[in-house]
Amino acid sequence: MLIGHQPKPFLLAVEALTVSFDGFKAVNNLSFYVEENEIRVIIGPNGAGKTTVLDLICGKTKATSGSIQFRGKELTKLKENQIVQTGVGRKFQTPSVFEDLTVFENLEISYPRGRTVFGSLAFQRDDAVKQRVEEVAEMIFLKDRLDTYADQLSHGQKQWLEIGMLLIQDPELLMLDEPVAGMSVSERAKTAELLNRIIKDRSVLVIEHDMKFVEDIAHKVTVLHQGQILSEGTMEKVKNDPKVIEVYLGH
Amino acid sequence: MFGDYSIGDLGSIFVMQGFAGLILFSVYVLMALGLAIIFGQMGVINMAHGEFMILGAYVTWMTSNAFQHYLPSLFSGYFFLAMLLAFLVSGALGMLVEWVLIRHLYKRPLDTLLATWGLSLILQQTYRSVFGAREVGVELPQWMLGSLKVTDSIEVPINGVFVMGLTVLITVVVSYVLYKSRWGRQVRAVVQNRIMAGAVGINTEKVDRYTFGLGCGIAGVAGSAFTMIGSTGPTSGQLYIVDTFLVVVFGGAASLLGTIASAFSISQTQSTLEFFTSGSMAKVLTLLAVVGILMLRPQGLFALKVRK
Amino acid sequence: MIINSRFFNRSELIGFVALALVLLVILPLSLDVFRLNLVAKYLTYAFVAIGLVLCWGYGGILSLGQGVFFGLGGYCMAMFLKLEASSVENTKIQSTPGIPDFMDWNQITALPLFWQPFHSLTFTVLAIILVPGLFALIIGTAMFKRRVGGTYFAIITQAVAAILTILIVGQQGYTGGINGMTDLRTLKGWDIRPDHAKIVLYFFEVFLLFGCIFIAQFIRLTKLGRILVAMREQEDRVRFSGYSVANFKIFAFCMAAIFAAIGGAMFALNVGFMSPSFVGIVPSIEMVIYTAVGGRMSIFGAVWGALLVNFAKTGLSESFPQLWLFGLGALFIAVVLAFPNGLSGIWADYVQPRIDRLLASRKSKSGAWADNSVADGAPAE
Ligand SMILES: Nc1ncnc2c1ncn2[C@@H]1O[C@H](COP(=O)(O)OP(=O)(O)O)[C@@H](O)[C@H]1O
Ligand SMILES: [Mg+2]
Repeated sequence: MLIGHQPKPFLLAVEALTVSFDGFKAVNNLSFYVEENEIRVIIGPNGAGKTTVLDLICGKTKATSGSIQFRGKELTKLKENQIVQTGVGRKFQTPSVFEDLTVFENLEISYPRGRTVFGSLAFQRDDAVKQRVEEVAEMIFLKDRLDTYADQLSHGQKQWLEIGMLLIQDPELLMLDEPVAGMSVSERAKTAELLNRIIKDRSVLVIEHDMKFVEDIAHKVTVLHQGQILSEGTMEKVKNDPKVIEVYLGH
Repeated sequence: MFGDYSIGDLGSIFVMQGFAGLILFSVYVLMALGLAIIFGQMGVINMAHGEFMILGAYVTWMTSNAFQHYLPSLFSGYFFLAMLLAFLVSGALGMLVEWVLIRHLYKRPLDTLLATWGLSLILQQTYRSVFGAREVGVELPQWMLGSLKVTDSIEVPINGVFVMGLTVLITVVVSYVLYKSRWGRQVRAVVQNRIMAGAVGINTEKVDRYTFGLGCGIAGVAGSAFTMIGSTGPTSGQLYIVDTFLVVVFGGAASLLGTIASAFSISQTQSTLEFFTSGSMAKVLTLLAVVGILMLRPQGLFALKVRK
Repeated sequence: MIINSRFFNRSELIGFVALALVLLVILPLSLDVFRLNLVAKYLTYAFVAIGLVLCWGYGGILSLGQGVFFGLGGYCMAMFLKLEASSVENTKIQSTPGIPDFMDWNQITALPLFWQPFHSLTFTVLAIILVPGLFALIIGTAMFKRRVGGTYFAIITQAVAAILTILIVGQQGYTGGINGMTDLRTLKGWDIRPDHAKIVLYFFEVFLLFGCIFIAQFIRLTKLGRILVAMREQEDRVRFSGYSVANFKIFAFCMAAIFAAIGGAMFALNVGFMSPSFVGIVPSIEMVIYTAVGGRMSIFGAVWGALLVNFAKTGLSESFPQLWLFGLGALFIAVVLAFPNGLSGIWADYVQPRIDRLLASRKSKSGAWADNSVADGAPAE
């Protein structure tokens, strides 16, 4: 209706992204776009390069070529901690929490304040911090375990704790690598509930194998195969794509 | 510092110092080969490596004494037996140490470093108690003492040539064992993924023990070669440990070729500099250069891209 | 400044009181000046050990080159003292009066430029902190920004220790060479050699040590302390929580360097000389063992480690010099294999629970509170 109609800018724009490990292209000329408040699920067989894509976005692996724009900022040129500070949060495939610290301290470290050396020396555990930690702990079902050392937690609880550590950062783009893998059935259900709650008001990039789970949450699905996009679209479309069926049934 | 010499002078200086450097190079390579296996392949920092080398030197010394006393007629050939013994004795001690100490510490590399340092103190004191604090020298058989006249102006000592030949031989054998043999593949499999290697039926404990033993055994041979160019005392090994570690790290820990190239460049730099400044300044400058380069290129000269 | 939790918890308080009692009361009352001066010498290593607790125990960064910083601090102090001892009047028999004797022996005829500022005590004190601090900053930045850590870092620091020793020994005209800087006499005219001066210096050192303990404890209690622990376990998680891991490592390494340098400066003052034998590979790694024996996670443990290992060393090497090396070697192995948390770990695992149980049972029997019965002289976590 207006003359200068602008398309909505993407939150994340990955373009022609390639990474090669000694000649092996784990991600090959990959492009995809994530909108604000979109929930995107990446699926694909093992070794397809899913984890590597997240590694590239969060700066853990340096791209060989291509670009990653987040809110117009080029992420490939930033350091990991700078990428986090622009609003990208990342959960790893294996739970990585600080086992020698308590649940409270784990969450507190992730609280986005006092991130420089001297800032952390001057950091005060004030009411704002305590309140926020308790709030998040409540969400991740660990409210009564704030003083427990993280090494005492079960595998599922550690996964939750790590999700909580991301939540407290309040990232605009949340990236989760197989968040329900290795969980019990009841933990899975709780996690789905948790994820459904936290994905509001932000964009989420999830890698997951559990198709039921994917169907529940995904707005759009990207299927990766050998470092390239095999298919992209709604779950319905992807499920009926003959190429996808071949890859999944063919192995 | 080059101003006082003519071009011709400089040329022969480089040749002569170059040859001196080659002997140092041989000892470095032999020391570093063992360390490259233990550190590069297993990721274990063995601070007692120098003591394993000195053990080889003492074994050589004892063998030479034994031949002088009991088999003087065969003295000219004792060195070959001595090297074999040095390899076996150091290797056996290495396997014992792996069993008693190292295998408990694979997950704690920094602690291995401390524990093997403790071991090195114990070994040094043992040598001092058994062989005395004085340095001992090995008597070389007659045929090793002369020198070969290459051209009119250049003469090379036979023992130097011998040590170098030996180094080449051992390097070839070790590379073959590591890269071509079935056992070498097992070693690398264990290094890359211990659990998977175990799952596919490799006896990882045995591989660890023999790898460590091999590394120590090679250090023993290095000690054997060392007796030709220096005298052996309880703490002689310690003098080399930092240099050797730098050689290995500088070469890129996982690559044998890198180790050799780095041993070559370090030893040549040092012996060339030695001619122009004092020995200690040469050493300082060489080490500084190495540390400086490592700060700029921490993966070493010849590192492969490895998955973290 | 101190956030809601107490600065020392109960067992730390016990540890601190016990240490203060031993260092300020028991040892000065029971030892002659010679022995007390020995304790002062051992305590200089406690500074290094406290730094290593932060850097190695908390941060997981093993430096095998702390002797470098100990030495830099010590040499800065010694240069000042040496200059004061080399007044024109004291050195009039030299061919060039007014310069340190070892320079004269090495045919140096003028004070080198880098020695000049050490006429000033203010400059010297600043240099003791800043020279090692900046040096650590440079090494740390070069290494940690490039993600070099662990064993590589240990080897590089060891190489630096080797380089500095060779350099000091080789440049004897400027450094005093292998003998070091000896015959240090006065500090701003105040003679540091007689007994009463030794006692004053001892107490000064103990207070300085307490200062460093407080600083270390403060750092440990801030979020920075927790980040160090977090980093040691899950470096990537810290990085992806928005922190520059390298900067925190650099900080820990610099603090350790500065503590070591203060120890070195106190060494020059208390012992009256400084030599390269406290700089190189062997002393550096011995400093690590003090920390390991005391407990790499315990600030007080580190102090006890430095004291006890050195007492043992003096005792054993006076009477059975051969046994000492065996003992030290065995100590390394035993601590690493069996007691990775050192004495403080033993204390926390075995002694503390017994005391607690004892107290609890007494409490329940008599109903009286017996909370202040403290086993003195024992390390606490
Ligand atoms: N740093 C690396 N070095 C070498 N190869 C790598 C590296 N990271 C990933 N790869 C390879 O890239 C491929 C994709 O891996 P990954 O992204 O983990 O797959 P997945 O889709 O299962 O998460 C695999 O073949 C893996 O071996
Ligand atoms: Mg994956």
